[in-house]
Amino acid sequence: MGAETDNSGISEFRRPDGAPTLAAVGITKDFGSLRANDGVDFAIRPGEIHALLGENGAGKSTLVKILYGALQPTAGEVRWRGRPVVISNPAAARRLGIGMVFQHFSLFDSLTVAENISLALTGDARLGDLRGRIETVSKDYGLPLRPDSVVADLSVGERQRVEIVRCLLQEPQLIIMDEPTSVLTPQEADDLFVTLKRLAGEGCSVLYISHRLEEVRTICHHATILRHGRVVGECDPQKETAKALAGMMVGAEVHAVRPPEPAPADAAVRLSVRGLDMPRPHAFAVALRDVSLDVRAGEIVGIAGIAGNGQDELFGALSGERPARDEGAIRLDGTPCGRQGITARRRLGAAFVPEERLGHGAVPRFRLSSNAVLTRYATGDGIAPGGVIDRQKAFAVVERVTKAFDVRKGSPDPEASALSGGNLQKFVVGREIDRKPAVLVVSQPTWGVDAGAATTIRQALVDLARSGSAIVMISQDLDEILEISDRIAVIANGRLSPPRARAELPREAIGLMMTGLDMAAGEEVADAG
Amino acid sequence: MRVELVRRPERSKAMSWLSPVIAVLLTLVAGAVLFAASGIDPLRGLYVYFLEPLTLPFTITELVVKAIPIVIVAIGLALCYLSNTWNIGAEGQLTVGAILGSLVPILLPDFQTVATLPLMLLLGILGGALYAAIPALLKTRFGTNEILTSLMLVYVATYLLDWLVRGPLRDPQGFGFPGSRAFTDWQVMPILFPGSRVHLGLVIAIVVAIGGWFVLRRTITGFAITTLGQAPRAGAFAGFSRTRITLLVFLISGGLAGLAGISEVAGPVGKLDVAISPGYGFTAIIVAFLGRLNPAAIVVAGLVLALSYIGGERAQIMLGMSSQTGRVFQGLLLFFVLACDTFILYRLRVVRTPPASAAARVVE
Repeated sequence: MGAETDNSGISEFRRPDGAPTLAAVGITKDFGSLRANDGVDFAIRPGEIHALLGENGAGKSTLVKILYGALQPTAGEVRWRGRPVVISNPAAARRLGIGMVFQHFSLFDSLTVAENISLALTGDARLGDLRGRIETVSKDYGLPLRPDSVVADLSVGERQRVEIVRCLLQEPQLIIMDEPTSVLTPQEADDLFVTLKRLAGEGCSVLYISHRLEEVRTICHHATILRHGRVVGECDPQKETAKALAGMMVGAEVHAVRPPEPAPADAAVRLSVRGLDMPRPHAFAVALRDVSLDVRAGEIVGIAGIAGNGQDELFGALSGERPARDEGAIRLDGTPCGRQGITARRRLGAAFVPEERLGHGAVPRFRLSSNAVLTRYATGDGIAPGGVIDRQKAFAVVERVTKAFDVRKGSPDPEASALSGGNLQKFVVGREIDRKPAVLVVSQPTWGVDAGAATTIRQALVDLARSGSAIVMISQDLDEILEISDRIAVIANGRLSPPRARAELPREAIGLMMTGLDMAAGEEVADAG
Repeated sequence: MRVELVRRPERSKAMSWLSPVIAVLLTLVAGAVLFAASGIDPLRGLYVYFLEPLTLPFTITELVVKAIPIVIVAIGLALCYLSNTWNIGAEGQLTVGAILGSLVPILLPDFQTVATLPLMLLLGILGGALYAAIPALLKTRFGTNEILTSLMLVYVATYLLDWLVRGPLRDPQGFGFPGSRAFTDWQVMPILFPGSRVHLGLVIAIVVAIGGWFVLRRTITGFAITTLGQAPRAGAFAGFSRTRITLLVFLISGGLAGLAGISEVAGPVGKLDVAISPGYGFTAIIVAFLGRLNPAAIVVAGLVLALSYIGGERAQIMLGMSSQTGRVFQGLLLFFVLACDTFILYRLRVVRTPPASAAARVVE
């Protein structure tokens, strides 16, 4: 990612030698009839940053849970410094010297950094001593952190530092990191990489799980690739292209998305937002301030930003789940609808895909046909004439979406929770695209989705835009934003920057704007260039 | 070795049908133990309690009579519970419906037309619905816990009824006994089968069950109810209003409880009295769950629970058991149903504990 600018020293970046810190030998894990891990062998050496790559559902999480003691393998063994061990729970893993930094943080918002860390430590370390140790560790590893800050006031990057420091205080010999950069700005990610390299330099092993192949290529010494629960290959990621790595993960070459033709500047404005102000709904949410945005027929406007800067609130305001106070704040094809709810906006031609698939975009225990009814009952597809549901029509939607998006499922009409993340996401996106909406607002369209499904979804968004729809894509994945957006805006602290053409906005400028310190950075860089 | 629950990938169809059956069987086993502990031959006890009532014409029709109010109330409660709204106060709504509907024959004894009973039934529905609106509005306006408010209002209603039938609404010709004057002619539910006590309520219960099934399975309203119950955020995303649905299910369940109440006083009871329901409003909670919140199954479950009432009465007479035996069986049944329901979403797995030597190495 941003570390591309720091290419010095990569050539001497070689896999360290030495007996493995941890080895998995023939690990097999069955969940009922599903074999999540099938004879997995791999080994991490001391001082090595080892990438674990694989699509969603390839068995990465299962393997990591076994190594961290959260699951027991059906067969096979884990060897710690050459000796077979049974890691019966996470506490046992920590005693061995295995630490883990989770993708979703497990911190209490209302407690201080020191209090949060003390909760996780065994033994009765006094808070006073702990403060000193936190300061030492955070200084040693370049993780600036004040022990008395309240977690609620910290940025996402700082919260991750808390998790890492907490992990380091237990003096681990192996740190497992699950998608650590998914919530960071490029600058924060660079800082993290410095820390990881320093740890590795001291002989600590790092197991690094990520979807971001570029960063794996930048910082990892070695990669193990999983597919369908099996190890399908090991490689030195620095010697492979990102495309080749993706190919190994999905078992086929991944085709790049065809970039959209830019929308003509005089195309009709289909979605218009003017001076939208929304108070924050609760104490930990963000208020939207003076948001304005025009989206024209045929274009995709990407909205970049770090998690928790008003993306959820913006989605709620655009969808009408939280109506605005001013009717004119939002217009769909010229019709004011700021005070209208989500159903009225759908009837005006808008469609929405929220970030959370399960529980927001779909009801987990409903069949797909019922989930088709969820967003389509009021939009004139004849799915519920007169308030009575036509099951056949609902199922027809499922069949069309299945065909158009290659949704893989075990039975014709399974429950939503039975689908893998990628397939459910294809369904949730496909359900809306099937309507050919005038305006589509989509949040995190490929979050946690494997490379193959991500390509399908992005291509579908591009095709929809080309056919004349206006698309707003809220995403924390900068690569995705840069890949398919025509124009890019950045959201920070509930404010939205004016959108600028993709070509005018370099990655570094977006990174600066994401921090909220310099919303005008884009213009300056563009002017300078 | 230890046993753990493992989540199934999808809910088990077989278990959702088997669970109530297994629960009934376990209740029978527990019942047999209970009889044995009371010094009664378990087989004879179970026969008297559960089988004999099914062999006698009188008890069979009584079974239907008892099932009528239970089923009507349980259908309404099923809608409520599916939307994740917890109306525990159907007994109170039943009582208020009975009171309001009874005002017609008590205050206008000479109003005897074909419209009398329909008017009573409508007022019964209205009374139950209005009484249910209290916890509903408290919840939607102030976020009050509806479990507490609806339950506490049961006692208010029960004592209101007690005061009314001993005071203002007491029959002047009743020799000072509590209770209103008896209802007659157009004021009572017509008997469907001469010689039995099976009344028009049977038709009402069937219509309510079919209506409940249709609303839940086929209409957007029913869809909104189940969606908001299972995934509130998805419900809001679909454009359904939590507030509207909360009010709606409370009004429906309260209205149906009120309807059950008035059809009891205008039916088997025959007047407004101190005791108009042996806890039908609470039994209906068990029936709603035993019937998987599914209207068709609720009809069957209603008959099963009605059997526990009849069996309890017969056990009292024939075996000399306590009048509370029926309650014990109902409680056991609810307990087993909820326990067995776990296996719809989970299955049991036996895990072999690793050998001690291997475990010891973990804790260095």
